[in-house]
Amino acid sequence: MKKLLNTLFVTTPDTYLSLDGENIVIKQEESVLARYPLHNLEAVCTFGYAGVSPALMGACAERNIGLTFMTRNGRFLARVIGESRGNVVLRKEQYRISDDPRRSALIARNLIIGKIYNSKWILERATRDYALRMDIKRIKQVTASLTEAMQIVRDVEDLEILRGLEGNAAVQYNSVFDDLILQQKEHFFFHGRNRRPPLDNVNALLSFAYTLLSNDMTSALEAVGLDAYVGFLHRDRPGRASLALDMMEELRSVHADRMVLSLINKKLINAKGFTRKENGAVIMDDDTRKLVIKAWQEKKQEKIMHPYLNEKISWGLVPYAQALLMARYIRGDLDEYPPFLWK
Amino acid sequence: MQVYNEEDYLLLSGIQHFNFCRRQWALIHIEQQWEENVRTLEGTYVHRIADQPFLREKRGDKLIVRAMPVQSQELGITGICDVVEFVHNLEGVPLAGERGLYLPYPVEYKRGKPKKDDSDRSQLIAQLMCLEEMLACELSTGYLYYDEIKHRVEIQVTSADRERVREVLLEMHRYYARSHTPKVKTGPHCESCSLNRVCLPEMLKRRSVSSFIESRLNE
Repeated sequence: MKKLLNTLFVTTPDTYLSLDGENIVIKQEESVLARYPLHNLEAVCTFGYAGVSPALMGACAERNIGLTFMTRNGRFLARVIGESRGNVVLRKEQYRISDDPRRSALIARNLIIGKIYNSKWILERATRDYALRMDIKRIKQVTASLTEAMQIVRDVEDLEILRGLEGNAAVQYNSVFDDLILQQKEHFFFHGRNRRPPLDNVNALLSFAYTLLSNDMTSALEAVGLDAYVGFLHRDRPGRASLALDMMEELRSVHADRMVLSLINKKLINAKGFTRKENGAVIMDDDTRKLVIKAWQEKKQEKIMHPYLNEKISWGLVPYAQALLMARYIRGDLDEYPPFLWK
Repeated sequence: MQVYNEEDYLLLSGIQHFNFCRRQWALIHIEQQWEENVRTLEGTYVHRIADQPFLREKRGDKLIVRAMPVQSQELGITGICDVVEFVHNLEGVPLAGERGLYLPYPVEYKRGKPKKDDSDRSQLIAQLMCLEEMLACELSTGYLYYDEIKHRVEIQVTSADRERVREVLLEMHRYYARSHTPKVKTGPHCESCSLNRVCLPEMLKRRSVSSFIESRLNE
């Protein structure tokens, strides 16, 4: 497996990024704030308006370094992409599958199995780790129904039924998610998912973590030559990276939710970092956003054993490994798409 | 004689990849994947001398040309000869703008030292066959220059060699027409392959995904 390199997050607004030889140079007005060699970087992610020189964009595109522009609130704006990777044969097969509801369903159901399996084991692990602090009976009821849901999903070949089953499983998981928050409960609670805008601190954190994950997923898909915008479970919609969303399903809970929970439970963040607008919308301040990014980067460095490949890789490479396996399945190397089943 | 369209030409350098591993060739030439590793960078470094298309030298009875594009309609390939030495020879052919008769000798630059397998040889033989077709001449000699020993090795080309190269190219064209990436046996050569992380050789010997999912769901 390839090496995980660093992601450079530029959170200081009003900076200008340019290229100097093989280095990226970060300037504010005329003074140089920092300088990093490009060969250590896998991605550059800028928040708020930060100008980037065309020469640097070219250098990133050429070296396959993801360059992403986000708003200060972490909403995705744009990405610089070089020449399409991989080849048209792979992408056309992806489109053919996407146009075929049954073949799409065969992939979608494995993604959903991955999603349900991973949520189930997060709950199971919590009942083991915090047996005295949880309503074990309630959570065990949920995990039992998730186990049952997976067995049903395994035999379904219809996309609409799959979407229904996935929705039910998500409702089940969400119904006990609040139980996993063990600290600072007066400020951090979960009463259901909302995102446009997030209406509480936990939803604001989840939204931001999902943005980071979807960025990594989109880059990974492009890197293996797949079209991140053509999905199997999510329908096509202009501007929506449907395949990235599909592939994120199995990673949301293990990758993003767990990080959010540990930030709250370890009291690495607190309520002061969140502002509630008059209409109820919640936004994070820059320092909290930096803390989340830091936690995200640290999690990416952690090593795990990939459940299907049986190879030690870092968490940060999981999106890439799954994208690679998806491409290899589409090319006909594998009998099914192997979901990321993490325990 | 079958003649290929330029559209369907394969890259001559692919013969080396194909001999190393059919899957590696398909990943590079069909799936358009490429990854650098130490070996590929060394290869580029070795070619820095050869890759100078505007350098043309005359030394005594020799005319030395670098980075010369060649093709063969019959084999359906195109590529670049690192160095071609045109040597005065009464049995040779006339060259535009030059006095006298010449015969070309391709010289291919390689990293490392002479290898046991046939892959460097077959690449050189294919180049020689291209030169024969383009210059309408008959050749029997080429050279492989190895960076590690700083020496060239003379290669004599027989009709059996040519036949083997023809067969390999036919097989490559068949795969290419199907856009098919074959699954092939993994082995020690996977360790040194720059496409290791795209190919996932370990995956090829693993059990089926179906049984992997079943066993996880039943735990």
